[in-house]
Amino acid sequence: MIKHITCTVCPLSCEITLEIGENNEIISLTGNRCNRGKVYATKEHTAPERTLTTTVRVRGGVHPLLPVRTDQPIPKGKLKEAMLATAQLEVEAPVKMGTVIVENFLGLGVNLVASRDLERG
Amino acid sequence: MRKMDVDVAVIGGGPAGLAAALAARRGGAAKVLIIERNHELGGILQQCIHHGFGLHRFKAELTGPEYAQRFINEVRETDIDVLLETMVLEVSNQRTIYAVNSREGMLEISAKAIVLAMGCRERTRGALRIPGRRPAGIFSAGTAQRYINIDGYIPGKKAVILGSGDIGLIMARRLTLEGAKVEAVVEILPYAAGLARNVVQCLEDFGIPLILQFTVIEVHGDERLEAVTIAQVDEQWKPIPGTERTIECDTLLLSVGLIPENELSNGAGVQLDPITNGPKVDDTMMTSIPGIFACGNVLHVHDLVDNVSKEAERAGSFAAQYALQQLPAAARRVKVTAGENIRYVVPHEVSLDKPVEFFMRVQKPQEDVVLDVGGLRSVKKQFVKPSEMLNITLTPEVLSQLSGDTLTVRIVSPKEAGRQ
Repeated sequence: MIKHITCTVCPLSCEITLEIGENNEIISLTGNRCNRGKVYATKEHTAPERTLTTTVRVRGGVHPLLPVRTDQPIPKGKLKEAMLATAQLEVEAPVKMGTVIVENFLGLGVNLVASRDLERG
Repeated sequence: MRKMDVDVAVIGGGPAGLAAALAARRGGAAKVLIIERNHELGGILQQCIHHGFGLHRFKAELTGPEYAQRFINEVRETDIDVLLETMVLEVSNQRTIYAVNSREGMLEISAKAIVLAMGCRERTRGALRIPGRRPAGIFSAGTAQRYINIDGYIPGKKAVILGSGDIGLIMARRLTLEGAKVEAVVEILPYAAGLARNVVQCLEDFGIPLILQFTVIEVHGDERLEAVTIAQVDEQWKPIPGTERTIECDTLLLSVGLIPENELSNGAGVQLDPITNGPKVDDTMMTSIPGIFACGNVLHVHDLVDNVSKEAERAGSFAAQYALQQLPAAARRVKVTAGENIRYVVPHEVSLDKPVEFFMRVQKPQEDVVLDVGGLRSVKKQFVKPSEMLNITLTPEVLSQLSGDTLTVRIVSPKEAGRQ
């Protein structure tokens, strides 16, 4: 099977072509212009990851929402589950940037953290 | 009316204003004031909750609020004054600022130097002349971003996004994550206007179609948007009859460009560049009016906030020098002009006695070319495209080799580059 991956490491955006074998192994990888592209495409094929940025409800703040992020990327396939989980959360103002909102979020070994200070309103 | 005297007044508390104020204070200006119309600092970054900011400056992928917070924290550690919820009404060419807020009423601020850092605004439906009725459900992408990320409202359930700039792409992902369905992103150009990274992570990840060389030609619905009709366009961007398709949706987001917000600059009589819609500046970021400087998106629309911060620091430090009467008039001045495949260059004029970072955009995409600045310095570029700003720095040693009174920036073929 042939798979195309656009490299997102830098603005050159190399179109990388992977030849995938029967056991999902990479037989060949071409089109990358540097080693970072090879690393990216391999990861993107085997275990793609994304950083989740979203908001959670906040009580008593200057805004009704607090922007949050995962402090490490999480598996791409977990994004939906992660969104449903953050929809259940509510925190109390004030909050400081970097405050851990959920430790070991969804058991993924990453933390969900506040991405700004939010004063009481 | 309360009267104030300051060394450097910065209009706007977004990324440009924050960096300019900090640089002015570091540069020795004793009284620095930021005037911000919102109730908090940070500007547009506060609603850009996605990550990818600060790769150059902090070597980290920060979210917009995180990038802003770093600067806000720095400002808080200084004695820089901040006036929030204060709207500047007028700037005079004698550097007097008239502003108003609900606590103190009118304010008259005399500044030895002013930094304009008001940012930009989104182009609206009116600018596109999309025919049809005026139902609810048509938003600029940035407005929808604010509703979702700050105010907690989802603008609709089924959306079409016109324009594949980065804001449009980011909003496609944001709407999808929040449970709305994005039917398509429609782009008039033959290629995505935003970064490839955003095409992958915001569209391909969620199976959102990107429809190229199409535009919205009609909106349907009375009270609320019910559908849009899109059509393919020819090379002149004219809709091709017979290619129309109608997409049901309750929301249309427009991500179709940004315009520097220069009402105050105009009022002061600052000369504007008709291409950038921002002030013309020299290599100290000073506008045509002595003592009034400009930086950030009010000057020209940037792709990267890192560049905004850098440009603003330059404006802030020269504003401080001007306020302290330490900015000597240049002995020689040279006009900077846009040559082959260059749409614009900032700054517009240079004095050749200090290092200058030039920022520019091309008119059309090209591959394997050379960016050439006045035959003095050139760099190879694997590709150039209008949506990615280029920059190049020249030292005074190199600049001083220029003969003549114009400096032309061009995109040339590698062959031509050798024949200066």
